[in-house]
Amino acid sequence: MEKFTVHTGTAVPLRRSNVDTDQIIPAVYLKRVTRTGFEDGLFSAWRTNEPEFVLNQSRYDGATILVAGPDFGTGSSREHAVWALLDYGFKVVISPRFADIFRGNSLKAGLLTVQLPEKIVQRLWDDIDESAQLQVTVDLQDREVRWAGEVHSFELDDYTRWRLLEGLDDIGLTLRNVDAVEQYETTRKPWLPTVSA
Amino acid sequence: MGKTLAEKLWDSHVVRSAPGEPDLIYIDMHLVHEVTSPQAFDGLRLAGRPVHRPDLTLATEDHNTPTDYTLPLIGTSSIKDEVSRTQIETLRRNCAEFGVRIYPMGDANQGIVHVIGPQLGITQPGMTIVCGDSHTSTHGAFGALAFGIGTSQVEHVLATQTLPLDRPKTMAVTVDGELPDGVTPKDVILAVIAKTGTGGGQGYMVEYRGSVFENMSMEGRMTVCNMSIEWGARAGMIAPDETTFAYLEGRDHAPQGEQWDAAVEYWKSLRTDDDAEFDAEVVLDAAELSPFVTWGTNPGQGAPLSASVPDPAAFEAESDRVAAEKALTYMGLSAGTPLKDVKVDTVFVGSCTNGRIEDLRAAADVLKGRKVADGVRLLVVPGSMKVRQQAEQEGLHEVFTAAGGEWRQAGCSMCLGMNPDQLTPGERSASTSNRNFEGRQGKGGRTHLVSPLVAAATAVRGTLSSPADL
Repeated sequence: MEKFTVHTGTAVPLRRSNVDTDQIIPAVYLKRVTRTGFEDGLFSAWRTNEPEFVLNQSRYDGATILVAGPDFGTGSSREHAVWALLDYGFKVVISPRFADIFRGNSLKAGLLTVQLPEKIVQRLWDDIDESAQLQVTVDLQDREVRWAGEVHSFELDDYTRWRLLEGLDDIGLTLRNVDAVEQYETTRKPWLPTVSA
Repeated sequence: MGKTLAEKLWDSHVVRSAPGEPDLIYIDMHLVHEVTSPQAFDGLRLAGRPVHRPDLTLATEDHNTPTDYTLPLIGTSSIKDEVSRTQIETLRRNCAEFGVRIYPMGDANQGIVHVIGPQLGITQPGMTIVCGDSHTSTHGAFGALAFGIGTSQVEHVLATQTLPLDRPKTMAVTVDGELPDGVTPKDVILAVIAKTGTGGGQGYMVEYRGSVFENMSMEGRMTVCNMSIEWGARAGMIAPDETTFAYLEGRDHAPQGEQWDAAVEYWKSLRTDDDAEFDAEVVLDAAELSPFVTWGTNPGQGAPLSASVPDPAAFEAESDRVAAEKALTYMGLSAGTPLKDVKVDTVFVGSCTNGRIEDLRAAADVLKGRKVADGVRLLVVPGSMKVRQQAEQEGLHEVFTAAGGEWRQAGCSMCLGMNPDQLTPGERSASTSNRNFEGRQGKGGRTHLVSPLVAAATAVRGTLSSPADL
């Protein structure tokens, strides 16, 4: 996983709430067995059917920060939603509230999800509307989002922040504790089910 | 202070706990399917890691599988879509390479991953169960801690049989009293979601409590827990009791003899202590519930079947107003139309929410001696091959076909647009599944979530209906 420290880029205002993962990437794109190349599926229904959809507007070309309404990423656990956003070029998603599984997936895969209060998100939307070239900085080191004189701190637990700053692989971290896992395994209830290949 | 059921389940699975770090939680069973696993197996291969506990890992094929094939199957030739076929074949190869048990399409034990776990007796009280599928919360019906995970976590569990997790908060959903006639577990959970909204359970492990859940069958409890994710809850669960034990006893993987006695003794301790406190509570009165349907494009946009399509202007919050307007446009509905006047094209009975034997019995009960309305397509898809077999022993399939419905093989089918069972643009369904998102059942499809009883009555009348309307 790539390290994430500070990112500055332009942003896209997605003025919608309850953007579920079926909208982020429809199921038809989930049949692939590869880990990359999901950018074509990102918001495909909206990109196809709505000429005015934000990602169809050239003024937002090259944006790396998605600014969405509340309850972003609800529904299906598909991590493809995170991959599609990353493959399209997004580094950060800002929303007043994320669905738990989506947030977990994104922070595992290195897509930074930042929660800001709804009022602040609306202000950011308005500022992007005024200038699509607005430079927005997301600083994980200081846990701040900054743009045009505005500074807003966000919360992220120390552990996740450290893992993202260092770009650490979760599995590698857990395997350091393999002794504890094996110790736990000796205490499991004897009747718990097993299956044989 | 005592502990809640969720806290007991959590605490008994902590492998390692350190200040400022997530707890490392042991996973008792990892269920795997073809959609969310290929990249995880690939990750293992790249890192040269084995599956840590293949004996605690079980795979099946459900999302991509067609449901209109005839047995016996030869290879995967009945899967016409090449990409779907590749995904199924990839799962089979991965399972063979890593020594994981798989129940492939056509096998007597194949079915939707959340239907076969309980049916095999693999889902037991006190366990932690995960799967790369958000409806894993279904297994919480047995007093297990069960939740959906993403592909990175699938790889993590394959490699270590654990997950680093922050402990969610706890919430109680209490529903006491008697459910009125015709009100099913599906109506109860749809009413909960309409009350809380799609984000109401965010960050919580939810325990469903009260006489309504105590009196529910295991199938009904699974329907309720299944849809926990639709209001954002991390997990949903119900304390195990005699109903749970009776369901489990004698199943393939259930404990036997002395082990059974020891297990039951332990399972009885899996209850929220009287002096335990929840971080939040939601209360509903059973007597006020009625058959429920959704009118919009998320599961929280629901209303009693007897109501009308709501007026977006009536919503207080601007975001709700905008969402309702957008939903009505997509759904092709006008405010004020009685929901019972809404005509449907297709009725789907099936899915991990309502594809179990009791659901099929309920639908058959309504359809017996009746015909599906002209121009309406009825699709009945059992949740597993075992459910299919049981239904055929009871003659339910004859009821469905005599009514004019289609009787299919097991799979996720029309719950999601991944296999050939899909809606066409503009087509409207009454569906016993769990999600009414835009395009969920096929591009441009319009979904109304309903119970099996409402689905069957709707098939007969051709408009959203309850059995009382027949």
